[in-house]
Amino acid sequence: MAERQAPSPFTDMNTDQTADRSPASLPPVGRGRRHISPVSLGLSVVAAVAVAFVALPLLGIAWRTPWSSVLEQLSSPAARAALRLSVLTSAVTALCTIVLGTPLAWLIARYEFVGRRLLRAIITVPVVLPPVVSGVALLAVFGRSNGLVGRMLFDTFGTQLTFSPLGVIVSQTFVAMPFYVLAAEAGFTTIDRRFEQLATTLGASEKYIFAGVTLRLAAPALLAGVVLAWARALGEFGATITFAGNIEGRTQTLPLAVYLLLESDPSTAYALSMVMVSVAVAVLVALRGRYLRGNR
Amino acid sequence: MLRVTGVATRPNFALDIDIAVGKETVAVVGDNGTGKSTLLQLIAGLHRLNRGHITLDDVVFDSPEQRNFMAPQRRRTALLFQQALLFPFLSVRENVAFSLRRSGTSREAADAAAIAALNRLDALRLADREVGSLSGGESQRVALARALVLAPRVMLLDEPLTSLDRRTRADFRTLLRDEFCSLAIPCLIVTHDDADIEAMCTKEIRLERTTGFEPATLTLAR
Repeated sequence: MAERQAPSPFTDMNTDQTADRSPASLPPVGRGRRHISPVSLGLSVVAAVAVAFVALPLLGIAWRTPWSSVLEQLSSPAARAALRLSVLTSAVTALCTIVLGTPLAWLIARYEFVGRRLLRAIITVPVVLPPVVSGVALLAVFGRSNGLVGRMLFDTFGTQLTFSPLGVIVSQTFVAMPFYVLAAEAGFTTIDRRFEQLATTLGASEKYIFAGVTLRLAAPALLAGVVLAWARALGEFGATITFAGNIEGRTQTLPLAVYLLLESDPSTAYALSMVMVSVAVAVLVALRGRYLRGNR
Repeated sequence: MLRVTGVATRPNFALDIDIAVGKETVAVVGDNGTGKSTLLQLIAGLHRLNRGHITLDDVVFDSPEQRNFMAPQRRRTALLFQQALLFPFLSVRENVAFSLRRSGTSREAADAAAIAALNRLDALRLADREVGSLSGGESQRVALARALVLAPRVMLLDEPLTSLDRRTRADFRTLLRDEFCSLAIPCLIVTHDDADIEAMCTKEIRLERTTGFEPATLTLAR
């Protein structure tokens, strides 16, 4: 690594307004003159191993993907069924997340009430809960024969969630909703309340202010939340296989299909994996302002 | 005549006030936490009095004892903050026309009124600019146009010049003074700058925080 020329003292390399500008302060990492010490060399080697550890498997998928026949692989009946089901269920999940999550996020962001922190904690549990356990929890409530609500649903409406696409949506929503709620809450919290005060004095009704001012100001955060939740739903495996099962064409989503095909038809499994890697990269690029920029 | 008499309690202080403002511009001064912004919000209807009343001529804005509270949407009190706070998802024209659109004016008529208001403030050249591309002074000018389109009965300004640079501030101060003169309505302006008071105000309302749990009170000067 070549040493970069130190910047002239007149071109202030410190663009961060909040940083200490006293001459004694160290230049920010990576901006000033590079001095490579044995310690930073050692750390760099370990860092390189870390990067390789994450990047190599991704390249591995690209490498094993049968590029010449990828379209045929993806149009095999099992792959097409999985793709169709995943697109459909994850889209409905995104919609459910918005409808259910937005009012909740708004409530948590705007009102101080007893149990608010507890409410937020409960909502966040699925993020850290092992997905299989999420599936077990859903079975306990929505299972057809043993689930409290599930039995009621079946007796009154004849609706069965387990082993049905509806069950896939329930699993995905359960696991993905917190990602949206937390992002939306952050969005609502950062809105300058004076926008709403101004709108009020300018004659806007409460209903208009929520839909026409608050939601529009929060829109970028809400959108980021939806994309994040959708990506999580698309990759959902544990809760889905536990609660909804693994029936081709009904509950076998992309991740489930990949897992199953890896034994019988590995090239299709790799092709489908490649699809999901591409989606994940696309999501990161779409959210680059939020997650790729870092703090400097 | 705008009259504010009574008490409003907030989480960390109480505002005990008795003022009358005619068709004039008055400065609201006082240390932080004495309730300057709260006073403006009471008049705008964003907070309610605990007791007392707020009236403008013979219109009752707030009178808790008579269970009388006029919705802020109907008061026609215009707010101007330190930041312009233009709605980023609307164009400059739509921002200025906001109040007219909310009161049911057609898009064309509201747009025409917005253009007229911008023209009056010598800001017509901003009409087709992106909101995000405006400078601080330009944004504040558009915000003033948005406030004027409301045909306000009271103007409430919370440090409207603080975030402008010195030259823009002088220009904007002159602009405000001229507008206030032609409006001839009660104008309350929260400021820390003596130059503002000198240039625009006929009197001063000083809010004071007294010791202990005594409520903040006010004195009139000049």
